[in-house]
Amino acid sequence: MTETKKVDIVGRGNVEGANLFRDWFAELTEAAKNNQGAAYVFVMGSMAELLKTFDFPLVFPEITALQTAVRRVADEYLTVAEDYGYSPDICGYVKADLGVHLREREHPMGKIPKPALTVLTNACNTYVKWAEIWERMYGIPLFVLDVPATRQAGGQFQPGSSDFARDCKYVEAQIRELITLCENTTGKKFDIDRLRETLSYANDMNTGWKRVLELNKSKPSLFNALTDGTAYLGVSNNFRGTKEGSQFFKNLVEEMEYKAANGIGTQTEEKYRLAFVGVPCYPIFRRFSEMFTEWGGAFVHSTYLHFASGGANMGFEYDVNRPIESLAEGALISIRDAMDSMFHHDRMIINMVKDYELDGVVYHPIKSCRTVSTGLADGRRAMMAATDTPSLFIESDMMDKRVVSEAQMKNRADAFFEGLASRRLTAAKTA
Amino acid sequence: MALQLFRNWQGQSLEWIIAECREVVEDTDFSTVKRWREAGGKVLGHFQVYFPEEIAHAAGMLPLKIRGAAIEPTHADSHFGSYLCSILKTSLELVLSKKVELDMFVTHPICDAARNLAAIWGRNFDYPCQILYLPQNANSTASATYLSEEYARVQAEIEAITGNKVTVEALNNSLSVYNENRSLLRQLYEIKRKQPWLISAYEAYLLTNVGGLILREEHNELLKAAILLIETRPTKRQDKIRVVFEGGFCEQPPLDLIRTISQSCYVVDDDLLIGLRWILEDVSLEGDPLFNLAEAYLEKSSYSPVQHDARKPKEKMLLERISNAGASAAIITAAKMCEPGLEDQVAYTKALDEKGIPYFVSEFEESMTSFDQMEIQLETFTENILFG
Repeated sequence: MTETKKVDIVGRGNVEGANLFRDWFAELTEAAKNNQGAAYVFVMGSMAELLKTFDFPLVFPEITALQTAVRRVADEYLTVAEDYGYSPDICGYVKADLGVHLREREHPMGKIPKPALTVLTNACNTYVKWAEIWERMYGIPLFVLDVPATRQAGGQFQPGSSDFARDCKYVEAQIRELITLCENTTGKKFDIDRLRETLSYANDMNTGWKRVLELNKSKPSLFNALTDGTAYLGVSNNFRGTKEGSQFFKNLVEEMEYKAANGIGTQTEEKYRLAFVGVPCYPIFRRFSEMFTEWGGAFVHSTYLHFASGGANMGFEYDVNRPIESLAEGALISIRDAMDSMFHHDRMIINMVKDYELDGVVYHPIKSCRTVSTGLADGRRAMMAATDTPSLFIESDMMDKRVVSEAQMKNRADAFFEGLASRRLTAAKTA
Repeated sequence: MALQLFRNWQGQSLEWIIAECREVVEDTDFSTVKRWREAGGKVLGHFQVYFPEEIAHAAGMLPLKIRGAAIEPTHADSHFGSYLCSILKTSLELVLSKKVELDMFVTHPICDAARNLAAIWGRNFDYPCQILYLPQNANSTASATYLSEEYARVQAEIEAITGNKVTVEALNNSLSVYNENRSLLRQLYEIKRKQPWLISAYEAYLLTNVGGLILREEHNELLKAAILLIETRPTKRQDKIRVVFEGGFCEQPPLDLIRTISQSCYVVDDDLLIGLRWILEDVSLEGDPLFNLAEAYLEKSSYSPVQHDARKPKEKMLLERISNAGASAAIITAAKMCEPGLEDQVAYTKALDEKGIPYFVSEFEESMTSFDQMEIQLETFTENILFG
């Protein structure tokens, strides 16, 4: 019985995630075929809970863009955008996506439907510049959900305070304006009961995501935060507020709890527990991970799993009895946390070192994303001063293989692990 | 006005005043700020692009525009990775090297890089280092109220630092000072537009720029004196093309780059230091001053690549700027590694192509020192328009 369960359950998350991912692209292709307008949204605050009630297919251009890199064809799209006039020094996601649009939205995994509107948050400023491109290309409405984030390190406004209430009131007012925009765009009346339903599914996903992340404190770790974690993130975003998403995370929690209870780790030998800070190196995604796993390095956590989930890691549970107000509170708390995970990552990592018993931290600033990368060197200094934890700082890109030097990165990773081994040896001798 | 931070210009010729302005603007020791501190004053440093300086002014602080400097980021380099614009690094360098000492630092969500500064600054300094969340949704009916409440929050922070309670009277007084300042800057730009031979872009830029480094009352006196001198300047009109310069909203181009452009063209309008001129009309002195200031930010304001406003598509605004200034061409620049600037370059050039307006595209960095190549390219560009 136990063996049967093991066969059924271990690795289920990755299989189900891959299937759902293909379903998502199939849905987009179908929508494109039917000339159905999609909502173009972003991972840090997609407002899927609301947009799903209007039956918008959701296009996540960050995800469709990164897929071109994973499939090793990003350079084709980047070139199209650069030929159009965009600088080599701007975000690769933006350029790959523009390349897709300039090729009639043909994507290696399917066809992307046209936008009917775009909804974005201020979690990333490039979201705004990116959406302005579609605004010009398609003449669609662009809605910025402005979420005031933490003003000063350690100074998050807490629920119950007047400052929090003020920010919340601002977010709620915007959500009500977004509802009107959706009604005008679709011609459909807003259905508050459908919102209650999507919020309920999102609650399952939020609590599930939080639990899954906590479970990776297990020794050995249960999943690779860089590779498996990114697959789970895909479902967390693409299926947010859906029955499928809800079921996926219930199943994933079950899988991880089973693995934890039975000591089933993600790799054969876990020698070093690591955290990853930044955005993955998608042009050599698998190889990048192997640079660490080959040495027995296990990524047990990542800031990416926080900010790229839009703060779902907070496990916020919506109150379905007051759906709009609660959606505003949840958006404020979750999206603000996504921003904190980027700007105040030092605090998060310092806590993680203890909670996840880290042996090292890998910082991966990238050319494409200044939101995530600008503060990494300074945050690393703060982390090292506070914890004396070894760290590796390697720069490359999430899209553009012209700035990915695999050999150089491997040399740095090798040296990092040699340092970790030597440190462990010295500690053993002193003990 | 008891304290003079900027000295030695009173009663002098326009050329002398402009030369003194250059001294102040290029002074990497920030002597004007040091004078203020030596007199016991407190300093609020605010990063580009716009900050409601009136609030700090009303509390008796010196609002200092942090906009980098032409210095090597010796200390700051290890706090940043690669692929970043220069202004971020040199701004932090100013405080790490103690060339500038602050009592509070405020940045804004203008771009992905700049919004990191509050956290970076805060990890290195004990004084309040904050981000002022200027609304990114300029079109919400709730934005002005939200912003006025956010201003009240910042005001409370400033009061805690200075120990001075900001009264409505003090705020209205500061609004008056700043209204006058913006009015004088509008006059200066009006001369640039109507009689650009009287004042070059380089000279007007220096007169404007110095305002971010001194008390605004002093700047008002300086501008009044300078405008009188400009209006009576015996300069002859030259055969130069009229251009609009776009791309100086955050990181500032080197002075000699602006001078190089001024030698070839009449720059009849620009977005250089647009934050100082962001509000286009007088802020009302009736009612709640913070709400008036917030509303003016949203409703009576200019445009830049770092603010989305459905009413102000950037390329449309540029075309209007060109048309209003009677320009025949545009110089479209961006600071190296400046994501919003580089992205909008494409929208600008496509719109200019569509209208058949000639343009010159370039990138700059504040530490650039050689402009020979640009000068030749620019001469070719202007000659093509003049004689093509």
